[in-house]
Amino acid sequence: MPAAVPVSYYLILSAILFGLGVAGFLFRRNIITVFMSIELMLNAVNLSFIAFSYQLRQVDGHIFAFFVMVVAAAEAAVGLAIILTVFKNRSTLAIDDVSSLNN
Amino acid sequence: MDAFLFFLFAAIAVACGINLVLQTHPISSALSLIGVMGSLAVLYLLLGAEFMAAAQLIVYAGAIMVLFIFVIMLLNAGAERSKSTSLLAKALGIPALLAFLGVIGFLIQALLPNTELVKFGAFTGGTAQAIGRKLFTEYLLPFEVTSVLILIAILGAVVLARKEI
Repeated sequence: MPAAVPVSYYLILSAILFGLGVAGFLFRRNIITVFMSIELMLNAVNLSFIAFSYQLRQVDGHIFAFFVMVVAAAEAAVGLAIILTVFKNRSTLAIDDVSSLNN
Repeated sequence: MDAFLFFLFAAIAVACGINLVLQTHPISSALSLIGVMGSLAVLYLLLGAEFMAAAQLIVYAGAIMVLFIFVIMLLNAGAERSKSTSLLAKALGIPALLAFLGVIGFLIQALLPNTELVKFGAFTGGTAQAIGRKLFTEYLLPFEVTSVLILIAILGAVVLARKEI
């Protein structure tokens, strides 16, 4: 095993996690799990930002990842409030049953 | 040692990510997501991002996931109804995902052939001091806009949580 891995391995890990997030977003039918898949994608992008920040020896990538984190926190608060409202009105968490905009 | 830690925590992150997608019960998915976030925090530490590693654990694994688990328990969300996913989606989706990952991996290796080796301690610019200095000088305006965003998110959550919606 090598003593250290290049930055590109971190980028490939980031791509794998992002792909898993996309798969979860498309295949799951529970609205909370879909939402968690979005968080997984945001985390994967954060890993890319921090890996590039290491490569370029600049701290700016950390700041971008920090802002992504803030947006994720705001999004989680509003999104979960929307999920609560949907559940209150329709008593279901399956995204196939919440399709009134589809008609 | 750096490579060992990378492969160990990358394997944990990918395993937890796969578990997140495969589990039918939301609480299992949430715990898997916490596993992904924790191992990503270790990888941030390896990349010299000590402030981001701490923020990852406190904000993501702490605050956001507590919110998720709180909502899962509040709604008493049970296991997902096993609805027969269309065979076409499975037959096309999984190869498409693998092909996407193969292309991305090939492109990364082809376009960035000589990226630096990651050694713990080689980059020490990720301290709270360095990030705070950048945040309050160069990125002051985005930082202030962020506070407005948080305020709007609070208002939105309060409006959505009212009784008569």
